[in-house]
Amino acid sequence: MHAASPDRTSSEVTRTPSASAMWLRAISMTGGAVLMASCNEGVLDPHGPVGKAERVILYDSTAIMLAVVIPVIVLTLVFAWWFRARNSRARYRPDWEYSGRIEMIIWSIPALVILFLGGIAWTGSHDLDPPVPLEDSTAPLDIEVISFDWRWLFIYPHEGIASLNRLVVPVGVPLRFRLTSTTVMNSFFVPQLGSQIYAMPNMVTRLNLKADQPGTFEGLSAMFSGDGFSDMRFDLVSTDAEAFKDWVNTTKKQGGDLDATAIEELSKPVRAEGVRTYAGVSEGLFDRVSSGHMAAVSPQRGQ
Amino acid sequence: MFGRLTWAAIPFDQPVVMIASGTVGFVIFCVLALVTAKGWWPYLWREWITSVDHKRIGVMYIFLALLMLVRGFSDAMLMRSQLALAAGHAQGYLPPEHYDQIFSAHGTIMIFFVAMPFVVGLMNFVLPLQLGVRDVAFPVLNSVSFWLTAAGVLLVNASLVVGEFARAGWLAYPPLSEIAYSPGVGVDYYLWSLQISGLGTLLSGINLLTTILKLRAPGMGYRQMPIFCWTALASNLLIVASFPILTATFAMLLLDRYAGFHFFTNDLGGNPMMYINLIWSWGHPEVYILILPAFGVFSEVVATFSGKPLFGRRSMVMATMVICVLSFLVWLHHFFTMGAGADVNAFFGVMTMIIAVPTGVKIFNWLFTLYGGRIRFTVPIYWAVGFMVTFVIGGMTGVLMAIPPADFVLHNSLFLIAHFHNVAIGGVVFGVMAGISYWFPKAFGFTLNERLGKAVFWCWFFGFYLAFMPLYVLGLMGATRRMQHYSNMHWQPLMLVALAGAILILLGIALTGVQLAVSIRQRERNRDVTGDPWNGRTLEWSTPSPPPAWNFSLLPQVDRVDAFWAKKQQQGNAQDRNLKRTYEAIQVPRNNPTGFFLAFFAVLLGFSLIWRIWWGAGLGILGAIVICLMQAWRTDGEIEVPAEKVAAFERLHGLKEGAV
Repeated sequence: MHAASPDRTSSEVTRTPSASAMWLRAISMTGGAVLMASCNEGVLDPHGPVGKAERVILYDSTAIMLAVVIPVIVLTLVFAWWFRARNSRARYRPDWEYSGRIEMIIWSIPALVILFLGGIAWTGSHDLDPPVPLEDSTAPLDIEVISFDWRWLFIYPHEGIASLNRLVVPVGVPLRFRLTSTTVMNSFFVPQLGSQIYAMPNMVTRLNLKADQPGTFEGLSAMFSGDGFSDMRFDLVSTDAEAFKDWVNTTKKQGGDLDATAIEELSKPVRAEGVRTYAGVSEGLFDRVSSGHMAAVSPQRGQ
Repeated sequence: MFGRLTWAAIPFDQPVVMIASGTVGFVIFCVLALVTAKGWWPYLWREWITSVDHKRIGVMYIFLALLMLVRGFSDAMLMRSQLALAAGHAQGYLPPEHYDQIFSAHGTIMIFFVAMPFVVGLMNFVLPLQLGVRDVAFPVLNSVSFWLTAAGVLLVNASLVVGEFARAGWLAYPPLSEIAYSPGVGVDYYLWSLQISGLGTLLSGINLLTTILKLRAPGMGYRQMPIFCWTALASNLLIVASFPILTATFAMLLLDRYAGFHFFTNDLGGNPMMYINLIWSWGHPEVYILILPAFGVFSEVVATFSGKPLFGRRSMVMATMVICVLSFLVWLHHFFTMGAGADVNAFFGVMTMIIAVPTGVKIFNWLFTLYGGRIRFTVPIYWAVGFMVTFVIGGMTGVLMAIPPADFVLHNSLFLIAHFHNVAIGGVVFGVMAGISYWFPKAFGFTLNERLGKAVFWCWFFGFYLAFMPLYVLGLMGATRRMQHYSNMHWQPLMLVALAGAILILLGIALTGVQLAVSIRQRERNRDVTGDPWNGRTLEWSTPSPPPAWNFSLLPQVDRVDAFWAKKQQQGNAQDRNLKRTYEAIQVPRNNPTGFFLAFFAVLLGFSLIWRIWWGAGLGILGAIVICLMQAWRTDGEIEVPAEKVAAFERLHGLKEGAV
């Protein structure tokens, strides 16, 4: 998890990246330090039930496979070393090419591993199917996501507000997403919450996530979508219920409305745009965009 | 007159591009000047350009692949150095417009113009020799295939100087690759160069498949066929079955772009998801088109240098054919995140994992081939052992991503990039490098320098781990592919390690050049006078190195696997060449420039279509048709090598042998 944003900026500013220092740093970081860092962000540091379940699958299946892979690597090196031509103690069997017993074992080992993993894959696919609602006593929050060139728009249909490039959600409440795109394909992904899903023009995909801790989590498009792709990032801010309510109320009081004109404005390709909110959203806007009934679809991109 | 082609198409304002293309142009000019000054043109024309000898064509394929490896690797260096710099607020030195072309070109070139020609080149060179026959089924078609591939290469590289390359990734997903989002000529360069070279690949697949099915030495049934031929059979079956899908898919995208069709557009009923399904139902078999022949190389290398037959040959053949069939049933795992639903995802996840079973069996088979061997540590066996260690890791991460919920967090991340480079470098590149050092003496009559060969291996081996292990970690940290810059400073150290790895691989590539130069200088010392430098097992080692145009003066009789090995055992290594033998006249195909001329018109056609120069396109088609008609009505396709000449060749070879 990232620390609150002010800390991050200050650490970026204080760094003086001279070439040799960078190399030194690079080398010193390679070992355990890097692994530690990787465990403290991204998909190995989940903050929601979906991401946590997926991490369990990652760990379990890796462990099962390593049980075969490590012995194979060791045996390869041992056999290659022991049976080197110069080793007179190794027994040369120039005609040995078949053993029914070994054949049976070498077909069974991968088959058994795959039987295990296949089970994980089958149950995992069903338990963690993105459109399936999370089992939770709390009523879910609906969020509609539209990808533009190269920004993310988040509509809160029941609250009647919208937010550009910043997704504020309450902690502990299941989030029910519907996603579409006005332009090319993108993939909506918040690594620390889990599953990603494509956002596609004229289509609606669904995704269910939940943040079970407050914090700011980086979100991004994981599907290349053109020149502004690298800046197509957003923060997902999860706050307690009270703060979320406050945010909704403040948002309702400032900024313009999200209507057809605003959508048209958003459809012009822009790179690295900042955060913005909309105080009102016209009824059924998402459905009109996702069904292709808005001018937004298929703008000509300039060279 | 010239369609969309104007002086503005040449990027005079981009110094990086102009310097790069200027350098390449200068080198090409120097080479052409040298060839002209030395008067080598007649030799090149006679012995290489118009040659229909499968061995020459195989060598040209591999030469082309090596050249393109340098091009594709330059792209990789640009990407790695950009990402090493562009952290935090830094934007690096490559703007997105340029960076996007580089990663698109890198993927396209490495798959279509490096890996494919490497593998097709090896199959071309080795297959007829291993099968104990005098050429492929259709020698002229073989030359056409090669030159069409070369035409594709020329077009892809032309995009560097004239216009731009695609900015839509190596598979050009619509709607991004549609005219609405990619109005420039980049995607057209991509599509036309791959259509032309794809045709070449399909023709080559038909040719090699026919060769395996119809032309084998007397007595060689499928049960006696060498294992590399089996893997080549599977690979060519996949080419014949899958490349038409690629051609059709690209044809639909071309219709969208040129004629206002709506197969994959956002509007009027188009559906981009269809493209993604179609392209991967070619794309996944393509993975096995590349890796299966590499598996074949390892099987030959491990058996030869262990001095024993391949363990579990029947298992190996079965595993190969199982992979061949299953490879068509897994394409959806490339887009679990497109929302197909739990049942569909789970089915394709499980199918994908099942492929790991035959692949695992293959690994164990090589393992038990090593067991009980007397292993000679030559360069090819280095690559083979390096492959076994590396490939199981790539296989493991592949199976991991075959689990749909795991893929939901790893899809499109740098973890994926690390995975497929793990199998592409650890599998295909290592296999091709093993194959090149294994069969080089057969092609040129002298072995490659061993010390430098081992240095090349270590550079690639450690370079790979340094370059791609950090990418696995970065992927888990949430870094995605194709990003031109990133804000998370934690990623930079790992990006620097990856750059160091790339530099090490660069050193390996440079050392390959040194190895070639040194080996050519030392050729007299490393001359292979027996034709069997490695104490080989299969028929290619029973003929002199390099083999004559007709490969075998007498067609070998085969009654078992490893026929040549068995013969050597029976005769206690005494060559039966001293025995009195009678030779007959042999028909060999005559040189034929059809391929070269067809490629010329294919380039004209492709270039004209890319720039919408319609009269040029008409001229290209017309020229190609005329060339085909001339070939169809040719009168003499073959020349006869008289029996005395064959006998003289064999005597000369026998004398050289006696002198040693």
